[in-house]
Amino acid sequence: MKIAIASGKGGTGKTTLSTNLAAFFADKNQVVLADLDVEEPNSGLFITGKTEQIDVKYKMIPEWNEDTCTLCGKCQENCNFHAVIRLGSQILVFPELCHSCYACSELCPTNSLPMVKQRMGELKHIKSGKIDFIESRLDIGQEQAVPLIGQTIHYIESKFPKKTLKIFDAPPGTSCPVIEATKDVDFVILVTEPTPFGLHDLKLAVDTMVELGKPHAVVINRYGIGNNDVVDYCVENNIPILAKIPNSRKLAELYSKGELVYKELPEFKEELQKIETYILNLEIE
Amino acid sequence: MKEIVIISGKGGTGKTSITASFAILAGSEAVIADCDVDAADMHLLMQPVIKKSVDFYSGVIALIDENKCTNCGICADICRFNAIPLVDNQHTVKDLDCEGCGYCAKVCPEKAITMYEQNVGDWFISQTKIENTLVHAKLGIGAENSGKLVAKVKKEANQIAEKEDKEYIIVDGSPGIGCPVVSSLSGANYAVLVTEPSMSGLHDLKRVYELVKKFNIKAGCIINKSDINLDMTNKVIQFLKEESITHISSLPYDESFTKAMTVGETIVEYDHSELKDLLVKSWEIVKLEVN
Repeated sequence: MKIAIASGKGGTGKTTLSTNLAAFFADKNQVVLADLDVEEPNSGLFITGKTEQIDVKYKMIPEWNEDTCTLCGKCQENCNFHAVIRLGSQILVFPELCHSCYACSELCPTNSLPMVKQRMGELKHIKSGKIDFIESRLDIGQEQAVPLIGQTIHYIESKFPKKTLKIFDAPPGTSCPVIEATKDVDFVILVTEPTPFGLHDLKLAVDTMVELGKPHAVVINRYGIGNNDVVDYCVENNIPILAKIPNSRKLAELYSKGELVYKELPEFKEELQKIETYILNLEIE
Repeated sequence: MKEIVIISGKGGTGKTSITASFAILAGSEAVIADCDVDAADMHLLMQPVIKKSVDFYSGVIALIDENKCTNCGICADICRFNAIPLVDNQHTVKDLDCEGCGYCAKVCPEKAITMYEQNVGDWFISQTKIENTLVHAKLGIGAENSGKLVAKVKKEANQIAEKEDKEYIIVDGSPGIGCPVVSSLSGANYAVLVTEPSMSGLHDLKRVYELVKKFNIKAGCIINKSDINLDMTNKVIQFLKEESITHISSLPYDESFTKAMTVGETIVEYDHSELKDLLVKSWEIVKLEVN
């Protein structure tokens, strides 16, 4: 079973929930925790253990072979992303614009643009008790998170049995990286806070999950600040609220030190218990 | 005219609240651009009246004419994004998976595939409650090309600032280090990095600053919630020293951020004590730094 922890707004507590929920669950069972926020992965700050594997991850880009090229310019015509350009007697490739579609390469009449590997980031697999923690981080300067997220999910699916619970810490927002991280999961937990920003971005996140056809529920973090509009919205739209994590300066302090909080804060542990019970009772094929 | 971009790496550090405060303090001297197009929240504090709204088209997406299609499957074979599965014996494009490369349309023997332009969102020119201009946008659900929409918002803001002879463009960036952030930084004169003294905050600050360095942009940093973890605040300050990043200010953990937001105000409108003073000073420092 795959559960994504997502949110429209950043900084609502996705990582706090993902890491603590995984650790709480791992008190009894095997669990996989994956940090798919490859631009700014933070879950690893809270999980320490033995490194099982480190893989460099690549994307495929075309490389110009000057010797066989006739400068016909078909590659430039075939690239919708302006990543391959003919300039005088040269073909220039712009790797950051390339989407690895292979069109330029496979449609080149003289096979002068073979696809080669380019490093985009690194995947790390760490074992910590009953947690298998997988983290990928995008190299600085690489703009596209989607291929790395896709390869990370692929790694997880090839390594672990279907029935093992997998928790994905998703990137913030509603654009392509979030879609990639959530499109194949069974259930999505949207973390929000009870403020106007929280509500506005929650609505966008809910719309996204409706569009994807993903069953979803809400966890309200920092409950007690702001106002009641998030609760009202969830009630009106029949979106289950799985837990309300009380606003707590203590929680923020523990988080700031990179510590798991559920063992220190009984009221937080109670909320995790509610989420776990809900997840385990989900009827998912 | 100077372009000031506020970014944070990590989300939820108070970036938008601080940007909106600067927007109020700058008043008629600035044009505001909300480039966090994924989760644009600035309008909740600036209460803009929309003066102009434009559909944003970017990129293309494949469409199969089922009358011409023989389901030979060539398109599905060459598609690297697995975007053309067989659904009820008919190859069908999954819109959210299609990258718009157009490879399928080029190889279809029946010429059954066309690529059509995609509406990926809208952008707006608005007048805020203090009557300065806000350029903002709304990205469609799951849309790609957020970087291009960011570029569009910035370009419009630049043109207005130039025409109206404004001193500043204040840009609210997005979290992360990917394409929308790269797009926000491109062409900027100064970056304000907003962080918090947590392991995550420092980690993300370091990563986003690596990106800022690649652009050769001068930067300053605001440490929000600085009293949450004094030890970590010192580590952040140490990092700023090592990298010669100006430490603009440290703001205390203060629920006024939330309370102001709840009534649709910026902090400098809501608060009349220490926090407001700190933000006024911060904006003065940013102005000195950029000029």
